[in-house]
Amino acid sequence: MSEQIGLGIAAILTVMIFSFLYKDNPLYKFAEHLFVGVAAGYILALTWHNTIRPNLWTPLSTGRDWWLIVPLVFGLLLFTRFIPNIGWLSRWSLAAIVGIYSGLAVVAFAEADFVQQLRASMIPLFDTASTAAFVANPGIITFLRFIGNFITVVGLLAILIYFFFSKEHTGSWGMIAKVGTGLLMIGFGAGYGYTVMTRIALLIDRMFFLLSDFVHVL
Amino acid sequence: MKTTIWENLSKLDKRWIFLCMLFAVTLPLLFPINLPLSASEPVMSFYKTVEAIPEGSLVLVSNDYDPGSKAELYPMTEAVFYHLFKKKCRIVILSLYPAGPPMSERAIEQMRTLFPNIKDQVDYINLGYKDGREAVIVEMGRSLKGAFPRDYRGRAVTDAPIMAEVENYKNFKAVVSISVGYPGTKEYVQYAQGRFNLTLLAGAAAVSVPEYSAYYNAGQLKGMLTGITGAGEYEELVDRRALAAKATDAQAFGHTFIILLIIVGNVAWFTSKRKGGKHV
Repeated sequence: MSEQIGLGIAAILTVMIFSFLYKDNPLYKFAEHLFVGVAAGYILALTWHNTIRPNLWTPLSTGRDWWLIVPLVFGLLLFTRFIPNIGWLSRWSLAAIVGIYSGLAVVAFAEADFVQQLRASMIPLFDTASTAAFVANPGIITFLRFIGNFITVVGLLAILIYFFFSKEHTGSWGMIAKVGTGLLMIGFGAGYGYTVMTRIALLIDRMFFLLSDFVHVL
Repeated sequence: MKTTIWENLSKLDKRWIFLCMLFAVTLPLLFPINLPLSASEPVMSFYKTVEAIPEGSLVLVSNDYDPGSKAELYPMTEAVFYHLFKKKCRIVILSLYPAGPPMSERAIEQMRTLFPNIKDQVDYINLGYKDGREAVIVEMGRSLKGAFPRDYRGRAVTDAPIMAEVENYKNFKAVVSISVGYPGTKEYVQYAQGRFNLTLLAGAAAVSVPEYSAYYNAGQLKGMLTGITGAGEYEELVDRRALAAKATDAQAFGHTFIILLIIVGNVAWFTSKRKGGKHV
């Protein structure tokens, strides 16, 4: 029974959110505010039960890990921003957070997003397997694979040239930069297309919920 | 001045477009046509990697998403769990998103109807959510039990038989990251894949494809499922057409409608331009 009530509320709230497509209205605003409030409350409760209590409160209150007073003090210092006179104290905590995350991120980024990506870009213009496949079986797919590496290398160079601002983009240099711009546009277009895909998926999910879980026609 | 049909279309109230999109998405759900699904290379690579995992192996699945991304990622979770249980693998599930664990629980409940013999804490364990983002990913490389001392139900993980062999990433044949953003696949690649030499597989929302494709092409990801289409292709490969396969029809119709709108919009724009009218 309680599950049916829950489903009913979820369905009504879904329709209330959809009502925005007709025009902005109080029903939509109510559902929106309710969602934000519930989400904030959920995160707050979860943070307390899942993070602060087991990692800080319980060890401290049972006298197990006294050293946790240090992160507790650093955490509390963040709230001094609300008191203008001593607001500068929050910088100590922020400095620690930024320092620790920078230390973690620099090495990780250098390895995963720099060295590995550079290595992946150093490819032959035409690899033997794709060439042999194209020669043996000429077709659109085999041709695209055959020129894939060439387009990757030339495209990468053209895009890098577009971002090279120490030389004026004129003449043949400008032409290559334009090719880079075109490839960037294709990339942005693909990115936008994927974003649209995700948005449509959200609509499908909500319609699936209404038709399947609520009215049981699927 | 007489207006053409193209000019009228370009001034169409957008609510008609919303209504048409609703029909384009809903009708295929009500009347499925089961469009054929052929696996793309990243999906096939994902499938082959899982197939190569020996029976009984441990696999780590990180469900890093919430109900807002359920549409694309939940079907993947079900499909991946199905494939892993079919392969008799044991699954350690966790989440770096607060609302992730209930998604895992739901998928596990679904799997229990298909594999009635799977046992909690023996064949799978849901470790729940842990705050700390990158720090948790790094900590798991040292000690998984240190990062997750208790499971989703609050039981000590040291009591769980499945955790007896688990110390850190080294004990897993593969790590599957099903994620929508931060923290997620990107952080697993940056903080764990290279450092701990993981066989990392990704399930991602379509919006993440441009970013993650670079990781897949560089070999940092051994396979990648993307969006509803990727999930549908995977369902086809594991021989269980479920949520994603049904949604694929709806998505295809939705995309076709958008393509039609783009064509109509462009024709209307060029027609208006040729007549010297105001660009719309």
